[in-house]
Amino acid sequence: MDSGQTISGSAASPTSDLARHLRRRDDGQVELEFLVPGMHCAGCMQKIERALGQEPAISHARTNLSTRRVLARWRPEGISGEDIIGKLAAVGFDATPFNPELAASAHDAQSRELLKAMAVAGFAAGNIMLLSVSVWAGLAQDMEATTRHLFHWIAAAIALPAVAYSGRPFFRSALKSLAAKSLNMDVPIAIAVILAAGASLFETARGGAHVYFDASVGLLFFLLIGRYLDQRMRARASSAVKNLLALQASSAEVVAEDGSRHWVEPAALEVGMTVAVPAGGKIPCDGDVVSGQSTVDTSLVTGESLPRTMTTGDGVFAGTVNLTGPLLVRVTAAHQDTVLAEVVRLMEAAEQGRNRYVRIADRVARVYAPTVHILAAGTFAGWLAFGFGWHPAMMAAIAVLIITCPCALGLAVPVVQVVAGGRLFERGILIKSPDALERLAEVDVVVFDKTGTITTGSIRLANRAEISDSQLTLAAALARHSTHPLSAAIVAAAGDADLPEATGVTESAGHGLAGTVDGRELRLGSAAWIGTEADTDDAAAVVWLGVGAEPPVYLRFESDLRADAVAVVDTLKERGYAVALISGDRPQAVAKAAAVLGITQWEAEATPARKTAFLEDLADKGQKALMVGDGINDAPALAAAHASLSPASAADVSQTTADCVFQGDRLAPVVTALDTAKSAHRLVTENFGLSFLYNVIAVPLAVAGLVTPLIAAIAMSSSSLVVTLNALRLRLLGGLV
Amino acid sequence: MSALVFLIPVALGLGLIGLIAFLWALKSGQYDDLDGAANRILFDEDEEDDEKTPD
Repeated sequence: MDSGQTISGSAASPTSDLARHLRRRDDGQVELEFLVPGMHCAGCMQKIERALGQEPAISHARTNLSTRRVLARWRPEGISGEDIIGKLAAVGFDATPFNPELAASAHDAQSRELLKAMAVAGFAAGNIMLLSVSVWAGLAQDMEATTRHLFHWIAAAIALPAVAYSGRPFFRSALKSLAAKSLNMDVPIAIAVILAAGASLFETARGGAHVYFDASVGLLFFLLIGRYLDQRMRARASSAVKNLLALQASSAEVVAEDGSRHWVEPAALEVGMTVAVPAGGKIPCDGDVVSGQSTVDTSLVTGESLPRTMTTGDGVFAGTVNLTGPLLVRVTAAHQDTVLAEVVRLMEAAEQGRNRYVRIADRVARVYAPTVHILAAGTFAGWLAFGFGWHPAMMAAIAVLIITCPCALGLAVPVVQVVAGGRLFERGILIKSPDALERLAEVDVVVFDKTGTITTGSIRLANRAEISDSQLTLAAALARHSTHPLSAAIVAAAGDADLPEATGVTESAGHGLAGTVDGRELRLGSAAWIGTEADTDDAAAVVWLGVGAEPPVYLRFESDLRADAVAVVDTLKERGYAVALISGDRPQAVAKAAAVLGITQWEAEATPARKTAFLEDLADKGQKALMVGDGINDAPALAAAHASLSPASAADVSQTTADCVFQGDRLAPVVTALDTAKSAHRLVTENFGLSFLYNVIAVPLAVAGLVTPLIAAIAMSSSSLVVTLNALRLRLLGGLV
Repeated sequence: MSALVFLIPVALGLGLIGLIAFLWALKSGQYDDLDGAANRILFDEDEEDDEKTPD
């Protein structure tokens, strides 16, 4: 289902829905953030701010283009939140109230803390470097010992508070890791920084010539850059997801036994209650229809492209959309017991499997951290054993820790991810999880869902050739009075033909249309509506047209393949990927699509659980699968797969689950994402190689006690620079990958 | 060497001013909407007399 439907659904929501989100201020005004997904440019911002600014009751209206939100503050007696949504709609923007509880995010706070820590470390590193360079120059020339001591003390005064402040993210993480009895990258970092600062303070106090304040603070600065880049990438992805989650906020209209109606949150529904679902509304619970007749878009649960007719006694599912007529539904399962909730649970179970994935950096750390500690301890013991005394032994051990400190290692992954993520973002692909690129690079099987992924999701008249022009014109004349998706497809098929006027048109929800065109009685709809025998095989995708007493004709519908689907599947095969198709649709439809695409491995009528099982089978065989899917029924499979992609038209839950979301109506981004992931993986590997090469050269010097603070500073900066420049090659090589 | 007595405080002070300016900018929300700020320059100010001043 597309987000447009969700937006208009929520915009029509009742007062209670909005009032829940309002923030009251001390000055009597209320404040609310609106999500406006359609805001793209300066023109949009200005239109919105001006439209709201003209309203005297609104005291403040400010757009945020990065988050696509509008913050409005107003006097509640002057205007209501609904009026504001109405005003935005009048200038052409769909707006949804943004739930502030969802908005309050740990990410923003974290990102801010890192930025502040980075600023402080940057300031301290710059100034200490200023002092250090003078000392280095002075060592070679004629700096007096007193001046040198003064410089060391000033450096200490800057470095110690800076380390205490900027080092907190690392200290915290290292402590957490130690508490869990494991070693991550932050343990050697924390030890090196603290030891270097502590030993330098000691050296300063005893008037030594060499201090490592610059190394200790510089290290923090470089590492914080990497940490911040990593964090920003996650924050961008999670803010997109939060916007989607916010759209889901909805409410249910309960019909009491005395006929009175009131709005409640979906969580407050109980089995046995009756809820009213207006046409165009989302069904808030699982239940049975007790009165009314309508068509329901069940694609969220079944993945089926065509809406289903629902009438008294039929079961409906939470999250599906009621399209044509109002329904009264008796709740059979609400809240945590709905099929939708079941899907979510299935998904969470699968997600835990993915959480076991260990990122490359952490895999390296597992080997690296103990190695570094052993090396440093060995150096200390070695120097002592050779009788040099504990002071030089200590200094050599610290030099080893500083030189091996994973500065370039800390940058190796984040810089590549940011560059690759940026490149993909420009091409309409949003990377959501930081390790998605790593997992994408390992994929060897690509599994597609059919409806909405391989196909566009829009419906097209398939047997146009079997229908005469006059019949199509008549059908279109009737169909344009209906909003049913099949009617829209008929009107589209008729093109710009001159349509005659239909009179006395009635629509019977779930059955069809009736009316008079040019004096002839017309009926358009199900076989039963026309009064003919149904071809049960294809029932969902067929509409019959009855013209007076003439024999009825049927119109068959299909959804189109995405324009480049065949080319993408071919390219994937060429690159050596295995391709599979798994769908909840009818076998005929899936077989046909598989034949067109040249896919031999396919499955039809797969339930969400079956899709998950299919992917687990692949995993058991040692294959790493990329799942490309869009429906809620795909969500567990998206979570179970090694990596997953979802089109931007996908269900909210699927977008939330997938590793990457791609925009546009083509499938080519699947290939782009895989290619970029491969290049990124190669660069990360190269970066690790470069970092290790640097260690191979520098560590023996450190063990031998030859590393002065000057050498440490040069080695650290240059290795970081090399790694960053290498990552930027992905951008320079842009056209080639 | 006596120049150092004021040169070092001056150097540190300038750096500190930069740091404080950055932290202030961060706190006052100037990094909240980088895309929007880039676009705001395109607004036509003459027509914005009725625009409410943001705080």
